[in-house]
Amino acid sequence: MDRLKLIPLIVLSALLVFIINADAGAQEEAPADTAEIVKPAPPQNVRVVDNPNDNGHYLLIRWDPSPDEGKGDNDVMGYNIYRSDKPDGEYRQMGTMPVGFYEYEDGSEEEVLAGEKNLEYMEIGETYYYKLTSVTPQDVESEFTEPVSGVPTADWFHAGKLSYFIALFLYISLVLYFIKAAKSGQKLYIRPLGGIEAIDNAIGRATEMGRPILFVLGTGTASDIATIAGYTILGRVARKTAEYQIPVLVPVNEPVMMSVAQETVRNAYIEAGRPDLYDEKNIPYVTAMQFPYVAAVNGIMIREKTATNFYMGLFHAEALLLAETGATTGAIQISGTDQPSQLPFFIAATDFTLIGEELYAASAYLSGQPLLLGPLKAQDYAKALLIVIMVIGLITMTIGWSFWYDLFSTNIT
Amino acid sequence: MAKQENLFDKMMSIDRRVIYLLLGLAVIVPAIFPFDVPVATTPEVESVFHFVDSLGTGDYLFLGVDYDPSTMAELHPMTKAILSQCFSQDVKVIITALSQNGPGMVESIINEIADQYGAKNHIDYCFLGYKPYPGIVVLNMGVNFKLTFPNDYYGASLDTIPVMQGIKNYTECAGVIDVCAGNIADMWIQFGNGRYGVPLALGVTGVMASDYYPYLQSGQIFGLMPGMKGAAEYESLSGYKTTGIRSMAYQTSTHVIILAFIIISNIGWFLSRKEEKKIG
Amino acid sequence: MKKSLPLGIVFFAGVVMFFQHFIPTDQSEFIYKYANDWLICIGVYAMLLGIWSLIRVTLHKARHDPNERFYAIVTLVSMGIMIVAGWDVDNLRAGSLFMNMFNYILIPVQATIFSLLAFYVASAAYRAFRARTVLATLLLFTAFVVMLRMIPLGYISELNQYLVAWILSVPNLAAKRAIIMGVGLGMMATSIKIILGIERQYLGGD
Repeated sequence: MDRLKLIPLIVLSALLVFIINADAGAQEEAPADTAEIVKPAPPQNVRVVDNPNDNGHYLLIRWDPSPDEGKGDNDVMGYNIYRSDKPDGEYRQMGTMPVGFYEYEDGSEEEVLAGEKNLEYMEIGETYYYKLTSVTPQDVESEFTEPVSGVPTADWFHAGKLSYFIALFLYISLVLYFIKAAKSGQKLYIRPLGGIEAIDNAIGRATEMGRPILFVLGTGTASDIATIAGYTILGRVARKTAEYQIPVLVPVNEPVMMSVAQETVRNAYIEAGRPDLYDEKNIPYVTAMQFPYVAAVNGIMIREKTATNFYMGLFHAEALLLAETGATTGAIQISGTDQPSQLPFFIAATDFTLIGEELYAASAYLSGQPLLLGPLKAQDYAKALLIVIMVIGLITMTIGWSFWYDLFSTNIT
Repeated sequence: MAKQENLFDKMMSIDRRVIYLLLGLAVIVPAIFPFDVPVATTPEVESVFHFVDSLGTGDYLFLGVDYDPSTMAELHPMTKAILSQCFSQDVKVIITALSQNGPGMVESIINEIADQYGAKNHIDYCFLGYKPYPGIVVLNMGVNFKLTFPNDYYGASLDTIPVMQGIKNYTECAGVIDVCAGNIADMWIQFGNGRYGVPLALGVTGVMASDYYPYLQSGQIFGLMPGMKGAAEYESLSGYKTTGIRSMAYQTSTHVIILAFIIISNIGWFLSRKEEKKIG
Repeated sequence: MKKSLPLGIVFFAGVVMFFQHFIPTDQSEFIYKYANDWLICIGVYAMLLGIWSLIRVTLHKARHDPNERFYAIVTLVSMGIMIVAGWDVDNLRAGSLFMNMFNYILIPVQATIFSLLAFYVASAAYRAFRARTVLATLLLFTAFVVMLRMIPLGYISELNQYLVAWILSVPNLAAKRAIIMGVGLGMMATSIKIILGIERQYLGGD
């Protein structure tokens, strides 16, 4: 009885499956026919311009969207960019941009790439021709646009860096002005810095105790400006140690830095009239690795019982490892770095800390020469100027005017 | 009276070895008797997770593993979590190691994670290796990987590596995540994001984190994972839980110890001052 | 006279690289790349000098300083072993002697030194965070709040998270930016001083 009831059900479902499949088949085939015929409209209004602020190996191709973008069956997914060096020559596809982007930067400055001719390479001053197509998600491509040409040219000034250039020019003028003012004998007041005044006392203490001085230049590279500031302080410290006849130990973690540090100390000893006291072995290369370097320097602190430790330069995580060991050996410690993240460690663990710009100013303070104080004064004025600029920016942006902000924006890419 | 003063002085001058000993215990005890610590996630880590989570088959992610063994404990967990998430979602990964001892770090992670997910070298990922001068390397890779790495770390030409076909530089990747313990992150901000505009997220050590929050605010990076806390958050989001989550127990106990010592020293300071005033 | 040639080179290189930054042409980029290549070459030769310096100083210690003899010998022997083990590129594969020494000696030793930081932070914080003055009290309070972030305290933690975020992104950031701006100006001033030859301490002169 139950089985009999099932028969119409099975027949019905079989029929249903047949109808659904037939319908699906019809749906699959029908649009394929029409898609072959209907091509999307190509993009409009193609322009080719020289890419600004470059070395002359790039062009910018711009266009307006195809009228078919966002429309039913022949919706546009992206645009293909083709290039040739003759208007009716063979066009090669250079790239594809998705909808939403109507600019493409084409070109390359590398004539040969990984041993092969680079097809993207663009010669300065040559004419290049472009044709564009639009393409649908079904990969149906439109007709080509008419060829449009452009010539890449090199620029002799990066216009996007203009505001940099003006700011630098003003700053350099300010520095030169104050150097001139200092030369002509004008008295320049600079505020006293605790860390600087401590340097002389610290060297004196080492002399009294008859123990060496340790000078750490940090774990930057020889060409970091903080390291360079470190050399200038090292030079002045070394000169005093030469006079007082106590050794200054400078273990370094970069070979170039070692050469410069050796030269700095040697010259300081010659200037002080004690070239005989100079020993290259006091300025050794230890290792380039950060923490082995810490182990080596901490070892020197503990074994040599250094009376005074200087940390001047670029520091990373080793700052506290060095400074806290120095604190436990009882050394007087003077630190200076331009790394904001290491400053708290130095302030907590050393006796005096030169914060940021004070590191750069130290050499001038130590020399007391008016010529070196000039740039310091210039820095103060530049800072005042920056504050004024920022306050104006704050007010104008709060009101909703963006002209001031735009004036200082840069385009460096 | 004198006895009390001694106590205050002692509170202010605890032998550093006592501090070291208690701190050591605060690390060792939770290691032997682990306990769970709830992790609250922050938006800066969530955005990294959601970014990786949104990727799928055919997407590329560029991963910079720019740290040395010294910071491995802090940075390894997050790298592992990201890589395992990529492999589980079939995202292709291009890896470089721009710090001197970085290649060792990459190999140790790949050996562990790739096997777990059956990810294959040259098919699912490619390790380009190490080259000095990270600034120049990051600049060059923005144009073409081949400029700096004609071959990968194992010596195979990039032209013959399947995963490297159809991808020229990192701007063609969905984004760059740089896990880093030095200044290489700056190169990525300056050149990778600044010059080539690639979406960038960073994983950094806890100490470095505060340096990189400004870039988050300015939009130059879209996410930031600070140290072990960042790793723990990422692990709790991705569900790939290893050392990151576990270490939160030590983080908690050590912070409690340090806070306790600071409180003790300040109580000593206040009471000794009070005592002085009374006598005075 | 001995100093005028180096100072001349510094001035020339400084001025050229300054203008190079603003000129995007091929010639200008060539100069930039050329200067970078020089830097790499100098680095390679200096590395030889560095290793020579290390060997010389360590040998000197091994011979003349009985207190340091042991350490000096360990340094030289370790360096020798690492050089021999890493001589061939094939030795850089997993499981080789070089990689094993890297993974099981160098990694743990470096991690150990780095982890000392935790102990040093604790002792430095214990000494430094004391409410001696109003400013020191403020610092103490801030440090306290930021450190509490690491301790799960339920509802307090959630509120604290916002406070910490504010501390990091407002006062901390403002101070840091001020320092960075000062540093930027200081860097420029130092560069100008060196390019113009006013600062010549690194050459030994005043």
